[in-house]
Formats: sequence, structure tokens, C-alpha cells
Amino acid sequence: MAEIILEKKSRILSFAKFRELGLLGFIIILAVFVQLRNPSFLTMENINDMIKNTAILSILSVGMMLVIITRGIDLSIGATLALAGMISALTVSSNPHMSPITTMLLGTAVGIVCGGIIGFLVSKTSILPIIATLGMMNVYRGLTYMVSNGRWVSANQMPASFKAIATGKILGINTLIFIAIVIYIVFFYFINYTRTGRQIYAVGSNPDSAKISGIDNEKILWMVYTIMGALAGLAGVLWVSKFASAQGDTAMGYEMNVIAACVLGGVNIAGGSGKISGIILGSLLLGILNNALPLVNVSPFWQQAIQGIIILVAVIINALVKRSVDRNNLIRRKI
Amino acid sequence: MEHKSIITKKEISLRNFFFQWEWMLVLIFIVINVINSNLSPYYLDAAQLLDATMAFLDKAFIVLPMTFVIILGDIDISVASTVALSAVIMAVIYNHGVSMVIAMIICLLVGTVCGFINGYLIVKFKELSAVIVTLSTMIIYRGIAYIILKDQAAGKFPTWYQFLGWGKIWGIPLILIVFVIFAILFGLLLHRTTFGRRVYAMGNNITACRFSGVEVDKIKVIIYTLTGFMSAVTALFLTSRMGSTRPNVAIGYELDVIAMVVLGGISTAGGKGRIIGPIISVFLIGFLRYGLGLINVPSQELLIIIGLLLIFAVMIPNLKINTKNIKFINKF
Repeated sequence: MAEIILEKKSRILSFAKFRELGLLGFIIILAVFVQLRNPSFLTMENINDMIKNTAILSILSVGMMLVIITRGIDLSIGATLALAGMISALTVSSNPHMSPITTMLLGTAVGIVCGGIIGFLVSKTSILPIIATLGMMNVYRGLTYMVSNGRWVSANQMPASFKAIATGKILGINTLIFIAIVIYIVFFYFINYTRTGRQIYAVGSNPDSAKISGIDNEKILWMVYTIMGALAGLAGVLWVSKFASAQGDTAMGYEMNVIAACVLGGVNIAGGSGKISGIILGSLLLGILNNALPLVNVSPFWQQAIQGIIILVAVIINALVKRSVDRNNLIRRKI
Repeated sequence: MEHKSIITKKEISLRNFFFQWEWMLVLIFIVINVINSNLSPYYLDAAQLLDATMAFLDKAFIVLPMTFVIILGDIDISVASTVALSAVIMAVIYNHGVSMVIAMIICLLVGTVCGFINGYLIVKFKELSAVIVTLSTMIIYRGIAYIILKDQAAGKFPTWYQFLGWGKIWGIPLILIVFVIFAILFGLLLHRTTFGRRVYAMGNNITACRFSGVEVDKIKVIIYTLTGFMSAVTALFLTSRMGSTRPNVAIGYELDVIAMVVLGGISTAGGKGRIIGPIISVFLIGFLRYGLGLINVPSQELLIIIGLLLIFAVMIPNLKINTKNIKFINKF
């Protein structure tokens, strides 16, 4: 009898430990299913396309994960992305000889300023993140319209070198994917192996004890939102280069996709936990859904509802697993 | 010592009476109206102002239950999708030959069911925060609206239905009258019933509430169901004003509504605030938009103004709390 309980416990425990494994399993099942219905799904070309389309989402979800780990949320990234994209597109269209790297740095700088302001509001004036980012979202969105006078920057105004950011290749890999991989490696090291990175988790899981143990909570919060802004700014340049147009309503509502990717990837919205491997899978799952549903002839009007249901089911399964783990822990304590 | 502390408490409460957030809102409201009437000679006209209320009151219906949700310390971001779904279902059902009255009742029912589903999921899965549940139902409800109507518009409502959004009784817009009635009802519910007191108690400490025998889950489900119902009311008035409906109707309403509630002095940490605040801020933002629209301020700049207003509104009381904290720490 005890053996059965033990066995059951260990099975559930191991499942919970590798929550990413469940997500990976789901992705594989989905991929097999789609592949059976449409053989062009798992071709090199399509996979490359799919990952390219997911790159921007995954870059943003790194920053969002950091923010959510500190118990915050950032609703302003869609607007920051649009503002940085618009400013860099305007600059590059008036100076066609600007190098793509300078443009990316310019976008990132705009993002840093935007994120820094939010970080200041959240850390120094203790405004709740959801309110601060909601307010600044309106401000940045308005500024995007103002700097562009409500006009678009279209493909023919952009120099070829700028549009080549999204189509070019570094070491045989598409630039977007390359940048995403670099960011993932950097942040994997940062949040797992540096002191500041671990402090982010400490602030998220228990702000009071973090403060007592000498961590500068305000600095960490400020840093997290600035990183989020910087990534959103970079993503803005990539976005504009990929779609070859900058508009006032670029990426409107995109923050919800990013939050969904984080939640799917197992980042706990109550703060304190979240892994890089999780958000890679979370954003990949969203990317696969976007790519695969049209391939199996699902009407585009069904896609949104299906995505929503998958997100809901994923978080509910996560909750149920966590519940059974907790129950098992109680049993162990009784013995 | 004891005596002294009581006196200081009294002083603070007297001072607080005049430094209450609602007075601040009234002040901002007056300032906005004075500025508006100076900027445009067409502003201060009773009939015009009453007409202007018709333009912004549709989303105000959601502000009332959202106040309850935020006092609980939760947030509901699925309201705009609920508006879209109930409006779309109403229109499609009417176009299939059902009478308008029944279609309207079904619209209200759909909204109520949407709200109930939110509440049920939040109560059943307590590990999930309300943000996550309503985020996913937000996507699902909007998705169902797209499945039903694709990218088309549905309309051709009977002419009497327009009266809901455009009609007036003795010169007062119908929508204003209905809003005032609902505001009074919700105000009574929050401030004059046990239900309302329990909502505040739950916002402050939900565990203590559960242990003291409050039916926490039931109250939560009721509040989310009410939110869904009021979203459907918004759908009725919005569709009537627009004359037709599309699946992408009311996009971004959830953020507008939350902004109004927070500007009204409801703390997102839960347990604080009064319903009069959000009601004032509905009119404050509404008249701000209307007045600045009269002098041709583009709506994008309005976005900036509203965003800054929201942040400063929240910043000022926070600064006050900060000084209190410092004093509290200095004591030790």
C-alpha cells in the first residue's frame, strides 16, 4: 500500500518538476497531429519561418518574465515597441546611410528611456505596476502618433539595409533568430549565475525578507522595467524591419500575447518563479499554433478562440498538478 | 499617552475629510470645466453637455461592478470581450427572425453567463489569479464572437431600438437616467448592505473572512456575474448607438474602465475606496474628452493627457502613504 502511494507520489512529483516536459509533450503531439494532416508542416522552410515569426515574441517574453517574477506586469510594451519602432523608422528614412546596428541601438535607447520612466514610477513612487504601465501605455501610444503626425512610414521610405535586418543571415541563421538566441543565452546566464539575477527571484518571492537581507529592492525593480523597455525597444526595430512599415497602432494589444506566452511557460503570475526553458516552450507553442492552424485549414476566425482555450486548459492543468503535489506533501508530513 | 494618540487620530480624520480623494476629483472636475468653458464658448450649454454624456456613458455601466471587483483586490479584463460577444449574439439572433425583445434578453443572459464562468473558474481554481483567468476568457469570448460573425457587421435593428442610445425623456438622455439608477443601486449595495461590507472585508483579508464564516466564494461569483451582466447592458446601449455591431467592437474598453475606477480612488490592492469616486471620474474623463474635442485637440494627445492624469492621480496618495511609513519607521 505504502509502495503504491510512494510510486504515485514520485510520478506526480517528477511530472511537476519537469513541467516543461508536459509542455514539450503537448507541442510534440500537436506537431505530429498537424504533420499527419499537412506534410508541409515539418519542412525546414516552414520551421525556419515559424521560428522567425516567434523570435520577436520570445525576445519580449524574456523581459516580461523578469517583470512577472518581481510580482509586476507590464502592459506598456506594445506602446514602447511602437514608439521605438516609429522613431527609428523616421530616423532611418531621413538618414538612409545609417548602419542597421546604430538603428537597433537607437531603438534600444528609446526603449531604455521608456522602461526607465516606468521603473522609476514603480520603484520610487510605489505605484502599482499595472496602473503605471497602463498610464504610460497611453502616453507612449499618444507620443507615437505625435512624432509621426499620424502618418505611416512605409516600405519605400526605408533603405534596403534597414529592411535587410529581418531578412539577412548571420552564421547561416536568420538575424531575428540569431538575436533571439543571443538574448536567451545572455539572460540564461544572467538570471541563473549572477548575483543580481538571483536577487530578482529573491525580490519576487518575498520582498520583505529580500529587503531585510540587504537587497536594494527599488534598484532591482527599476532595473527589471528598464530591461523590459530595452528589449521592447529592440523588438520595435526588428518588428518595423520585418513588416517594413511603421504605424501608429503597431503591436496594439501585443502585450497580451507576451503575457500569455509567459503564463503558458509556467511563469507564476504571483511572482518568484519562472524559467528560461519554460518561456522558450511557451512562446514556441503560441508560434506553432499561429503557424499550424492555417496549415490544417482551420478558419482564421477560429484561431483566437482555440488559442484562448489552450491557454486556459494549460493553466488549469498546471493548477491541478500543483494541487496534487501539495496534497502529496501533506500525506508525507503525516507519515 | 493614550489620550494624546486619540486626539491626533481625530485631527487626522478631520483633516482627511477635506483632503479626501473625492474632493480632489471634484476639484479637478471643476478646473476642467472652467478651462473648457474658457477655451470654447460653445462648451457651457446645458443641452450640449447633456448630449455629450450620451457619447461616453456606455462604458460607464461596467465601471460600477468593476469597482466591486477592484475593491476585492482582483481585476477583470474580459469585460470588453463580453460586450462584443453579447452584442454579436444579440444581433445574429435578431437577424435570424427572433423578436428584438427576446434578443435583448438573450444578450443580457449571455453577458451574465460569461461573467458567471469567470467567477466560477476563479473560485474553483484559487491558484490562478483573476488576471490569468480573465485574460484567457478575454481571448476566448472575443474568439467566439469572431467565429459567429467572422469579419462582418450585423445590424438592421428596428427603429425603436435606437431610442435606447439616442432617446431622451424630458430632454434628459435615457442613457444618463439609466446610469444614475444603476449608480444608486450599486452605491446602496456597496455602502448600505452587509454584502457591501463583506466585499470590503474580503478586499482587506480574504482568509480572515473565510474563517469568520463569510461565504467568500459565493460573493465572488456574484460580483463577477454582475460584471458580466453590466457588460451586457453596455452592449445594449453601445449597439443601439452604433446601429450595428462587429466582433471587434469595444476593443480596449477594459483598460478605459480600469483607468476610470483607479482614478476614482479605488486602490488596486483592495479594500479601499468609495463608489462615488469612480462615478465622478467617469464624468471627469468624459467631459475632458468632450471639451478638448471641441477645441480640436487630436485624440492621440488626449491619450497622453489621460495617461498622465491617471499616473499623477495615483502618485499623490501614494506619496502621502510614504511619509506615513517614514514616520512609522522613525518611531522604532
